[in-house]
Amino acid sequence: MADFFSKAEVTSSGRPVLLRSEVECHLLSSVDIESEDNHHFYPLKSGLLILTTHRLLWLPSSSSSSTSSAAAIPLHAISHIFSTKKSLKSMFHSPRIRFQVLVSPDGRLFDPASGSGSSSGSGSKSIVLTAVVRGKGDCDGFLGKLWESWRARAWECNETSGSGSGSGSGTGTSTATSGGLYSSDGSVRMVGVAGILRKEQEMWESTDKSLQDAFQDLNALMSKAKEMVMLAEKMRQKLLSGSSSQTSGANDEDMGSKEEMQDWLLSVGIISPVTKESAGALYHQQLSRQLADFVRTPLQRAGGMINLIDAYCLFNRARGTELISPDDMLQACSLWEKFDVPVMLRKFDSGVMVIQNKSHSDEEVFARIKGLVTKPEALRSGISPSDAAITLGIAPAMAKEHLLTAESKGLLCRDISPDGFRFYINLFPEIDPRDVYLLK
Amino acid sequence: MQKLGEFKLPHFFNYPPYFTLQPVREAREKQVQLWKELILDYCRTQKIFVIGLEEEFPLFSNSVIERTLSHEAREAFLSALVSEGHAEWLDKGHRKCLILWHRIQDWAEIILNFVKDNGFEHSVMTVEEIRSGIESRGTELHGIDRMILMRALKLLQQKGKLAIFKGTSADDEGVKFSV
Repeated sequence: MADFFSKAEVTSSGRPVLLRSEVECHLLSSVDIESEDNHHFYPLKSGLLILTTHRLLWLPSSSSSSTSSAAAIPLHAISHIFSTKKSLKSMFHSPRIRFQVLVSPDGRLFDPASGSGSSSGSGSKSIVLTAVVRGKGDCDGFLGKLWESWRARAWECNETSGSGSGSGSGTGTSTATSGGLYSSDGSVRMVGVAGILRKEQEMWESTDKSLQDAFQDLNALMSKAKEMVMLAEKMRQKLLSGSSSQTSGANDEDMGSKEEMQDWLLSVGIISPVTKESAGALYHQQLSRQLADFVRTPLQRAGGMINLIDAYCLFNRARGTELISPDDMLQACSLWEKFDVPVMLRKFDSGVMVIQNKSHSDEEVFARIKGLVTKPEALRSGISPSDAAITLGIAPAMAKEHLLTAESKGLLCRDISPDGFRFYINLFPEIDPRDVYLLK
Repeated sequence: MQKLGEFKLPHFFNYPPYFTLQPVREAREKQVQLWKELILDYCRTQKIFVIGLEEEFPLFSNSVIERTLSHEAREAFLSALVSEGHAEWLDKGHRKCLILWHRIQDWAEIILNFVKDNGFEHSVMTVEEIRSGIESRGTELHGIDRMILMRALKLLQQKGKLAIFKGTSADDEGVKFSV
């Protein structure tokens, strides 16, 4: 009879629908379920056996016949689990899990949820079921978990609360209570081994509950996030309209609060729409000063000039948290010209941006380059950016920028060849077109 | 001193930056000027009238310092010559350039002088004789590019100094002077 087992609901993608607070514990594949006397139902062949805290679920695999549907055996219906007998014979067989289940008078599996019969008192009949594990799963492990779940009796706690809310009574006693675990007033008594297991079960449940609560908060936050974003947008619009309207009636208080709002928005990470006016924003001012202080040491190490990108990475790494965006960095650097700080932002013709000491003098660098490039070796074969880097004590990329600047000033000229990019001292002004054969 | 055949190369020919197109304005101007003169000098002494940019031109490489002018550089220098009338592009793709170390009108002058010096004021000659005849030997006309010669002659024809006519054989033309 196909409806021997309880029906197990399955989603459209084949996953079992779990009851409230039901948790999967283990699973085995390629499992057949048979009854020892084979009278009660057609054997279920080659399915997925899932152990949960409340039930044993058998899901048909896609290859098995379409007539099998998902079956469930409530753990509550199990009256006994046999331990495996290790014998010579069992080594050659597929491992088996044998357990005894209660059968209700109408020949179906005892299912407390369906309300077929009351507690363990009825259903005197029981049969033995065997799960034959033909797949490669860990049968012993599964059996161990089955014992645990069965003993933990997770369904009882649920049924207590479930039926309690269902019947609307506040006493908490339900038809599904069994024996001495519950005292007369419905609270659980911690007695014996069952008590210890019960305690652990409760701990597990409370953790689960608090986790769920936490996730509830997160869900709530997510829904609020949308509102927050909308709020921030509204503020932005207001700021925009406020600044562009330029009413003469705007008093100082208004402007103050508007600036506060801008600062607050900036600190949260929302870029102020009124960029020109936010040039004086407090956040950027503070950042600017902090950056100027911070950048002194790297500058010294790098010989007086450091690539803006490198400075950005160093700064953010030093900050650790509350990282700044590239935009913030640029803003902070541009503010330096308003303050009296010893550093400045400089943009080369090639587009490369560097931070350099105000005291840094281009002339001094050129003098050193000239010294390098007039050496006999350099007169013959020029210098490369790496050579300059070593002499000047700065990074090669920086050195190249200096060389290019020196070229644009007429001090050097370039030589591009398969050997690479080299620079020579500029001799073109020295060459007299009328005296080209004269060796100078 | 380095030589390219019989041609004496200037000392800056060994200066590697000379072979890299300079981006800085002053250096570029100087560089272009030096190359223009070098090209014209070389072509004049070697009697080279056409330069193919994609071909190997001895002047464009210096194996001693292992440098070669890039295509871009060659085009830049030749274009400078074209702008001042000392060269002409023979094709739209700027692959061949006609070198006019004498401008066409200068060649015309030279032809007139040649005619006067040899008393050919009313003579008839073939074009080929002008460029390879005995009289032309030792003059700049000797071995002149035929295309250039024709253009100079046509210029003189326009001025009424001569008349060009088709000769007896299919591939040679004749000139009647009336200087």
